[in-house]
Amino acid sequence: MATVSPTTAPPLSVTVARAREKGTSLTRDALRRLRRNRLAMAGLVVIIFLALVAIFADVLAPYSYTKTNFSRLNEPPSREHPLGTDQIGRDLLSRMIYGARVSMLVGLGAQLIVVSIGVPVGALSGFIGGRTDLLLTRFIDVMYAFPRLLFVILVMSMLGAGLMNIFIAIGLTGWVGIARQTRAQVLSIKEKEFVDGARALGSGFTRLLLRHVLPNALTPIVVAVTFGIPEAIFTEAALSFIGVGINPPTPSWGQMVGEGQQYLRSYWHLCVFPSIAIAGTMLSFTFFGDGVRDALDPKQN
Amino acid sequence: MFHYAIRRLLWLVPTILAMALVTFTIMHATPGSPLDPIAEGANPLSPEAQKNLAVLYGLDKPLYHQFGIFLWKAVRGDFGNSFVYKTRAVRDIIVTTFPISLFLGSMAFSLAVVGGLTLGILAATHQNKGWDYLSVSLATVGVAIPNFVLAVFLIILFSFVIPLFPTGGWNDWRNWVLPTVTLAAGPMGIVARFTRASMLEVIRADYTRTARAKGLGERPIIFRHALKNAFIPIVTLLGPMFAAVGTGSFFVEAIFRVPGMGKFFVESMTGRDYPMIMAVVLTYGVFLSLMNLVVDLAYGLLDPRIRY
Repeated sequence: MATVSPTTAPPLSVTVARAREKGTSLTRDALRRLRRNRLAMAGLVVIIFLALVAIFADVLAPYSYTKTNFSRLNEPPSREHPLGTDQIGRDLLSRMIYGARVSMLVGLGAQLIVVSIGVPVGALSGFIGGRTDLLLTRFIDVMYAFPRLLFVILVMSMLGAGLMNIFIAIGLTGWVGIARQTRAQVLSIKEKEFVDGARALGSGFTRLLLRHVLPNALTPIVVAVTFGIPEAIFTEAALSFIGVGINPPTPSWGQMVGEGQQYLRSYWHLCVFPSIAIAGTMLSFTFFGDGVRDALDPKQN
Repeated sequence: MFHYAIRRLLWLVPTILAMALVTFTIMHATPGSPLDPIAEGANPLSPEAQKNLAVLYGLDKPLYHQFGIFLWKAVRGDFGNSFVYKTRAVRDIIVTTFPISLFLGSMAFSLAVVGGLTLGILAATHQNKGWDYLSVSLATVGVAIPNFVLAVFLIILFSFVIPLFPTGGWNDWRNWVLPTVTLAAGPMGIVARFTRASMLEVIRADYTRTARAKGLGERPIIFRHALKNAFIPIVTLLGPMFAAVGTGSFFVEAIFRVPGMGKFFVESMTGRDYPMIMAVVLTYGVFLSLMNLVVDLAYGLLDPRIRY
């Protein structure tokens, strides 16, 4: 696949200069392309909506997510409970709203960890080269041989359920992909003339890496992060589905699907609403991610 | 080629050793022990009982010793007895359940490849028309929606609304349909997307234009000239696809009550069933590494430009 980023094209300085003359930077150009992509914008709207729901969950939720009502178990949607009630009489809508908070937190938090491990490791490995690179690459290869989800489940069942542990588990396993990508990117950029030029002008190691190489390696990292967020959300849902993710009574969509799925025939609503939420979130992030990739990488049609 | 295959096979040994070591370390470095009571909040076993159990399972020995014993026995195919199913040997459990998972996986895999190729070709040959949009949307949905969510929708649609297939079990072919489709959806989407991109590239290539110029019909152009070349990059996808099908099957097997290995995977981990965890992880690991090797070799055979 030709995932050549625009930054690796040789006459970069020329393009930039020309773009500056016309008053558009590469970033602005990409934003314009992104804004024109209708699917991506629809995805973004849903994402913003979910983020707002997550932030204002306390205000929006009509009931507490832990409040049980044993006289109203498994009720289908009604006026009082728009999405019905669950196995122990909790309001499903309220639980869904708090579930959005968990999903968003995991999506962003886990990516933060993934990036802060993966980018430095990949960048250093590629930039220093030699024996350090060989060692790190071998390690990355071994980690890569593990099926990721299997590894996350292993770590989670050992650490125990909980939000913090989900961050750790996804962070520990997720950085490998980004490290690989950053390394490949840094390897190709450090051979470029402008890096030689900067070195000739007396830039030191840190300055070369942070000011000259990394900024130009950013495009694939940004794309990887946009796709990493839904992946983290999926991982949390999957973990909670099998019961090693979020600790009850904190609600999570995956956990709701997992529990509701046993009663699918009699109480469809328990499972269907969180399923729709997961599917919608994943689709929105995928559309948005596709849009970001296409916008940053105009050569790929 | 032959030397490359041998070298890759030899590389499997350190890879699998590292995998075993990582798994072993995670198991032992985290708090908790298999001697803890299984029920939450239950009283712990008496110290003597714990000590006796530890001796019985060899958990009293130093860790490097335990790892050594594990390796020594594993090489001869002996993984010990399960901690949870105390009377059953791990080996027997794997031998009876892995083929079922493998069967389900192979069906899903074939469906993913055939379906994905078909969708991708249709999309590429009808670019920006109805077929294209349909297959691209199907592919996106397949990639984006987690299989346990898809399973819910499929069960509602094809078991409740239109009662075509049973909701679970593993008796005849009617049981196989829904789990196979659920498991295949994601990989199928990936194959479809790649096939479309790859086909579009090939269709614009000079040799395709030449084929058209010499008066070949559309059908032989697509199937004999374009597809053959478009297929090469798709082969690289198959390796990761094995992993996707393998890990996906835990969820699908749980939902559709398929008596495969997936159940033991999660169960062994939450129950700290050390021998079972090691066996399951290594079975998957070896299987995936072998499949990746096969894929890489196939890549070399298909593309004569590649030299090892």
